[in-house]
Amino acid sequence: MIRSITQPKPEEELNRLLADFNRIFIIGCGTCTTLTRTGGMEQVAAMKERLCQAGKMVTGQTVVPVACDNLTLEMMKEFDAGIQQASALLVMSCAFGVQTLARQIQKNIIPALDTLFIGKETAVGQFQEICTQCGTCIIGETGGICPVTSCHKGLVNGPCGGTDKGKCEIDKNKDCAWTLIYHRLKALDRLDTMRRLFGPRNYLGEPKPGKFEIKTEVDDHQSNRFLKKDG
Amino acid sequence: MVSEFKKALVSGKFVVTCELAPPKGAHLDKMTHHIDLLKDKVDAMNLTDHQSSVMRFPSLGGAILVKEKGGEAILQMTCRDRNRMALQADLLFAWSRGVRNVLCLTGDSVMLGDHKQAKPVFDLDSSQLVAAIRTMEKGKDLGGNDLDGEVSFCAGAIVTPEADPLEPQLIKFEKKIDAGAEFIQTQAVYDMDKFKTFMDYARQFPVKILAGIILLTSAPMARFMNKNIAGVNVPQNLIDEMAAAPKGGALAKGIEIAGRMVRQIHEEKICDGVHIMAIGKEETVPDIMAAAGVVRATAS
Ligand code: SF4
Ligand code: SF4
Repeated sequence: MIRSITQPKPEEELNRLLADFNRIFIIGCGTCTTLTRTGGMEQVAAMKERLCQAGKMVTGQTVVPVACDNLTLEMMKEFDAGIQQASALLVMSCAFGVQTLARQIQKNIIPALDTLFIGKETAVGQFQEICTQCGTCIIGETGGICPVTSCHKGLVNGPCGGTDKGKCEIDKNKDCAWTLIYHRLKALDRLDTMRRLFGPRNYLGEPKPGKFEIKTEVDDHQSNRFLKKDG
Repeated sequence: MVSEFKKALVSGKFVVTCELAPPKGAHLDKMTHHIDLLKDKVDAMNLTDHQSSVMRFPSLGGAILVKEKGGEAILQMTCRDRNRMALQADLLFAWSRGVRNVLCLTGDSVMLGDHKQAKPVFDLDSSQLVAAIRTMEKGKDLGGNDLDGEVSFCAGAIVTPEADPLEPQLIKFEKKIDAGAEFIQTQAVYDMDKFKTFMDYARQFPVKILAGIILLTSAPMARFMNKNIAGVNVPQNLIDEMAAAPKGGALAKGIEIAGRMVRQIHEEKICDGVHIMAIGKEETVPDIMAAAGVVRATAS
């Protein structure tokens, strides 16, 4: 399961973001931020407490099941009164949820969290960033481990000079991706792929901002029909 | 036109390079002094590129200054701060100003330096940068377009002979040579037996190897490197030797040790030369060479 990993914004930053607003409605998320304990019921309650102590008025609060789901707007309908009273919505979901709300509700929307990465739960309570959706996936040649993401520098030709005893130069708690890839390819007897020089990477996989539309058969029929009509 | 440094490399003589770190700021007197002091005593001077990710005067500016002073420069280029367009452009500029030697590096993490929040680039890596130089020499840029005018560089890279684990490092070393590296300057080596083992392996490749020598300035500095620099292992006996130096005599002891290592590498022909990194004590390079018995002017 992939999870959006978040952490609370620094207190001073949040205070600054909320400085202009006195009536706040707080929205948590029942999915990722509940799991990571950054925007579940408890954290929403604590935030309410904190805002009240700071002299703000909390016009209401809720934890929606999945903040990034388009159904969230439906869920919010029952809180309409509290939302209308509020001068800003403080959202304790990841930025996907924040933006889902911002697209649908004409109110000032303030994120309470910083979204760090889209992570995979690797053990209970542990999450790792293993893919950054680069658009030109190369892990077929790196033993199924992503150097674009798991190597701090995104290197594709082997370790940098900072690698040490299997750890990355930036943090002894982070594995060096290239030591992992090396061990894996060695075990698979595929070190030859590591010996091949990869050329410069293609960063034009999907130019930002990514956009995608599912082409359905119906669409195809329709476009064929239009084409026929035109022709 | 073959660079003076390349001539020295192929001449078969014992090659000596040293390292200069451009200043933090535009005040160039000290670097100019070091260039004047060293330009006739070594075969080439490396100009570091925001070493340890600390923002400084550019390596390219330093390399041009070395050329202006009549010395031989090795331009260090990291992939940390420039994408493939900027790297190629700087290579063209370097060529136009007479800089002929390039050391290709991936570069340290931005997080290790003094602009921790800056955006890291790493569009290319060290081996791809070597390959990019070879592509440009064939008259093409990395976009496949024709270049107007020829360029030609003596391109090199680095290796950490005591990396742990070693094999991935050696695979990358071989890739750099495949990509076209002509010379390799190594991370600091202190244990000559281990270095000889590395050279037994490295000698099979068509590349010149200059052993990295970092001047020890104190016992704590040696311990610091052991703890913080990947692949640097100062043996305990050398740390003890530094610690036993009389008060105020640590630097002299460091020069003696560095000189001893250079002498051994030279006399036993362990590799093709040395790259002396006297970090912050560049003026001691001639003393180290004198202690090693390697004193001469640049062959020309
Ligand atoms: S190469 Fe890495 S970042 Fe790119 S798609 Fe594959 S796993 Fe994701
Ligand atoms: S130490 Fe390993 S993971 Fe970290 S930047 Fe270097 S190669 Fe990448």
